[in-house]
Amino acid sequence: MNVINEIVPTLDIPALRREFPVLDVRVNNKPLVYLDNAATAQKPRTVINALQQYYNGYNANIHRGIHHLAEQATAAYEATRTQVQQFLNAGLREEIIFTRGTTESINLVASSWGRQFLNKDDEIIISTMEHHSNIVPWQIICEEKGARIKVIPINDEGELDLEAFYKLLSPQTRLVAITHVSNALGTINPVREIIHAAHKAGALVLIDGAQSTPHLNINVRDLDCDFFAFSAHKVYGPTGVGVLYGKKEILEAMPPYQGGGEMIAEVSFEKTTFNELPYKFEAGTPNIADVIAFRESLVFLKNLDSELLHTHEKQLVDYATQKISDVGGIRIIGTAASKAGVVSFLMDGAHPQDVGVLLDQQGIAVRTGHHCTQPLMDRFRIPGTIRASFAIYNTLEEIDLLAEGLHKAKKMLL
Amino acid sequence: MSELKSIAETEAEIVDDFSLFDTWEEKYEYIIDMGKRLPVLDDQYKKEENIIKGCQSTVWLTADYRDGRIYFSADSDAVIVKGLISMLIRVLSGHTPGEILNAKIDFINEIGMMQHLAQTRSNGLLSMIKQMKNYAIAYQAVSS
Repeated sequence: MNVINEIVPTLDIPALRREFPVLDVRVNNKPLVYLDNAATAQKPRTVINALQQYYNGYNANIHRGIHHLAEQATAAYEATRTQVQQFLNAGLREEIIFTRGTTESINLVASSWGRQFLNKDDEIIISTMEHHSNIVPWQIICEEKGARIKVIPINDEGELDLEAFYKLLSPQTRLVAITHVSNALGTINPVREIIHAAHKAGALVLIDGAQSTPHLNINVRDLDCDFFAFSAHKVYGPTGVGVLYGKKEILEAMPPYQGGGEMIAEVSFEKTTFNELPYKFEAGTPNIADVIAFRESLVFLKNLDSELLHTHEKQLVDYATQKISDVGGIRIIGTAASKAGVVSFLMDGAHPQDVGVLLDQQGIAVRTGHHCTQPLMDRFRIPGTIRASFAIYNTLEEIDLLAEGLHKAKKMLL
Repeated sequence: MSELKSIAETEAEIVDDFSLFDTWEEKYEYIIDMGKRLPVLDDQYKKEENIIKGCQSTVWLTADYRDGRIYFSADSDAVIVKGLISMLIRVLSGHTPGEILNAKIDFINEIGMMQHLAQTRSNGLLSMIKQMKNYAIAYQAVSS
């Protein structure tokens, strides 16, 4: 047995942190402890540089220009599409649609697919832990079509009640729209089982991957989901870019979402024929610069050992859960067996906002409030939580600072 | 003549108080203390029409008009906001509609609490100041 020279690979976190310039910022004269990653992640230097290089070097409108810059910009833009395809392990490039974010991706499906395929008395199943972005678009289209929303309940740990879900499935179910990882609780949902059961019932499945893409390996072909939506800015990319993955045959059957340039084949005043996938769903000049820079964040992630990242992130969540609980008078909201990226909690006798303000004074950025999940907060009968959310560059020392900060807030408030 | 200080005088007094504090902890402990000391608003006033809803915390505001002066009472479920409310009441309450309408309310900036006004969506404090001025407009109209 050779144990002497065995090298246990570890992440070089200090080196990783150096790639994220904003982490050097000081807040209220203290080093920034950024624990609001579920809202948006910080950007590595390569992403920031790519934005600058694009504007300095080859800013041009894409796809129809015949000049050099247009070709260069088009190639860079389309290279991101290929990178996203690999990131999701999608079968085809044209199954990747660029949007403004997860919210728009879901709205695109609700509006386009819903308009075409949803009828009176049809049912859409969502869950109690959905972000408002995965509730409201369905309410709008259901109201228009006379369709109904059914909601999967959760238990006190913040896990889906799968038995209840199986009972909700019926011949009326057209679509199940479910979050992969809860933004407010961190629960990782068993989407594989959900997709399998939904397909058996003849329904499609949309996965809201806004919170899973930063923490889990995604394989849409293996999952066999019909739609998958996520945002670039939560996976270390720029804001203003989202992705909708959809199976080609389903996307092809869907009408365009918005009308305009880019999405047409031919226009006359009598009739317009639409461009092919994916351009059919990308009307108007897209967010070229940010899409191009988005590729760099995916390359950055690809060059890191994802196993090591996941181990590190799991350690952060476990350690934070422990350290936060040790403060005393703490109630952790969301205690699912399987969690990623998030620890949500309350301090007895203190309003979450007060705790957040006092942490901010200490340079610690967390989020407080309902996290755009009011039905979920109602389920727990709470107005909101304090949420610490983690990224690959966070450290155990930062969690120690959070715990110290909470001790101080508690002392000041109670 | 009334012994009531002018709005500007009370503002200056608060700015003076804060100038004694060296650390953010002292500042916030003072605000939290004031928040805790603000009399709890009777439940009868905690009704929908008195709510100034923020995204995270809630503020209740009610006003009384007696002898040409407005008297405010308010409450919040968040104690730091409550402390700031308590200062606003100390500054504005007991003054005439005209005085309240002309008040600049610079002290919040001067004591370094401007960020709490910027967080208008989350704590409703800015809306509360607007609402206080709205009361002044309404009572001015009633009295003229």
